[in-house]
Amino acid sequence: MSGREAVIEARGICNRFGSQVVHKDLDLDLYRGEILAVVGGSGSGKSVLLRSIIGLRRPDEGQIKVFGEDLAGLREQQRSLVERRFGVLFQKGALFSSLTVTENVALPLIEHAGLSRADAEHLAGVKLALAGLPISAADKYPASLSGGMIKRAALARALALDPDILFLDEPTAGLDPIGAAAFDQLILTLRDALGLSVFLITHDLDTLYTITDRIAVLSQKKVLVAGPLAEVEQTNDPWIHEYFHGPRGRAAEHAAASAGQER
Amino acid sequence: MTTPSATLDTRCQPACLRIAGDWTLAHYASLKRDSERLRTQYGADTIADLSQLGRLDTAGASLLAELLGSERLSQCTHGLPESSRALLKNVYCSVQDYCIPVKQPERNVVLVLLERIGCAVGTLWQDTLQLLGFLGLIIETLLRRLLQPHRWRVTPVVAHIEQTGLDAAPIVALLTFLVGAVVAFLGATVLADFGATVFTVDLVAFSFLREFAVLLTAILMAGRTASAFTAQIGSMKANEEIDAIRTLGLNPIELLVVPRVLALLISLPLLTFVAMICGIVGGAVVCALSLGISPAMFLSLLQSDIGVQHFLVGLAKAPIFAFLIAAIGCLEGFKVSGSAESVGAHTTSSVVQSIFVVIVLDAVAALFCMEMGW
Repeated sequence: MSGREAVIEARGICNRFGSQVVHKDLDLDLYRGEILAVVGGSGSGKSVLLRSIIGLRRPDEGQIKVFGEDLAGLREQQRSLVERRFGVLFQKGALFSSLTVTENVALPLIEHAGLSRADAEHLAGVKLALAGLPISAADKYPASLSGGMIKRAALARALALDPDILFLDEPTAGLDPIGAAAFDQLILTLRDALGLSVFLITHDLDTLYTITDRIAVLSQKKVLVAGPLAEVEQTNDPWIHEYFHGPRGRAAEHAAASAGQER
Repeated sequence: MTTPSATLDTRCQPACLRIAGDWTLAHYASLKRDSERLRTQYGADTIADLSQLGRLDTAGASLLAELLGSERLSQCTHGLPESSRALLKNVYCSVQDYCIPVKQPERNVVLVLLERIGCAVGTLWQDTLQLLGFLGLIIETLLRRLLQPHRWRVTPVVAHIEQTGLDAAPIVALLTFLVGAVVAFLGATVLADFGATVFTVDLVAFSFLREFAVLLTAILMAGRTASAFTAQIGSMKANEEIDAIRTLGLNPIELLVVPRVLALLISLPLLTFVAMICGIVGGAVVCALSLGISPAMFLSLLQSDIGVQHFLVGLAKAPIFAFLIAAIGCLEGFKVSGSAESVGAHTTSSVVQSIFVVIVLDAVAALFCMEMGW
């Protein structure tokens, strides 16, 4: 693993809210081209970690390097250049409510890629199609979309600039099983084709079993263990054991194994 | 990074489309131009050569898919790495049944204008009906709760009185003090020509007791409180909190609207009283400083000339304005739909509507009271 290039290196991260400590001396790497899933109980600071990495929250201590550069130390312009290589899918989509779905996706294309409006909207249509959004939804406003459609539209926006790193915060929560499986496959395809590195926060055990390369377990304010699924599963920790060997974990493992045989 | 290109090679038979370089977002505009030009040139039997293709992203893949079409694409991708092939296939499958819908053709401007005028009139009528219905709903809920003292919600009412009344008192006091001073200055300037400067006292007292105090306070409340009510209830609506209240078997009118209406019903008359005092004090200060009318004389003139009915006429309007402002603010909040833009639009609308209603009603009331000789 030492030969792989880390696109994100987080070292000694501490995050505190008042007297409540969320992270203490947390280390985490994301390697180029891998799909890393971050799991942890509710309130274990997964989303806070995501916000720290993408620069929305400055960690109280520690350093985060993205593409070898410390975001906090960069000037605004250079920072914007780095941020353009991120695609972020927020938990609730965070689509701009005053723009239509197509305009939402076209916005970064117009602002950053310098496309004309017509080109940008055309390309936005392609991204929406790729994310699996029906064409009838393209001209609607986010308020009139279902939860699953918002997720897809938000993914299309995250993919708009063909980013190097994709951050996904619970992408399959609220999707139907068929949609969730298609979503997983789409991420896998995009990763293979574009060499994306994917930072994925999820509670979806099926996603963990089907597409992840490595899993980082966030517990007790730090990364308890990070490694391939088989390695993490065997870790001697009651929470991890419960997580992977509980009824849902067993069902997902079984489903993934039988799907693997069919293939 | 190599510059991407698409060229049609007609020397070989059949003609060959040579795709080369990095087909990425950075080159999208020029590639799009090239491929649109090429699409009109090549024939059905043209084959494609993708062996020189460099990097490929979704933008480039969509262009390639559109340029080559499915059959040609499936024939010529053998040489490509598995990952690019999967991407092309994925993009192609999604693009196939996905084209941007055709925009509606432009219509006659006059017709559009007429249609919009018609829509606006219709909306105005509907809004008026809706407001009247909402007022009735509030009064019904209010009266029913009045008979059930154990269900009175005192805490939210007091909290809203603090927000809408106490917190607004300083700005109301300052504003009316200044306007009182200005009215006194105007009166002094104009009345001086007639040698009747002493009537400045009457001018200030009449205008503030009957009109200015209540009008200024109501307009301030429309800007300050109606907008706050709309934004509060509107963001609750957008967050489905109103639906949650309904599904819990609770009545949003009782829970959200009645406390706000009651609070404004109490605080607006109180603020009006503050405004009257401050306006008259403002006038008295100007009288004392520039007209030589001492405060004691000011007060005795006030006592002898101004009947208590003027004070009552002014104060009687306050609860009516309060009720309308609160009702409009809350109703606009309920009209909010999902987006952030909608919250803004309805907040604006609630301020405009409540100021409009307050001024129109005040004008009608002024005419009525004058005719009645009150």
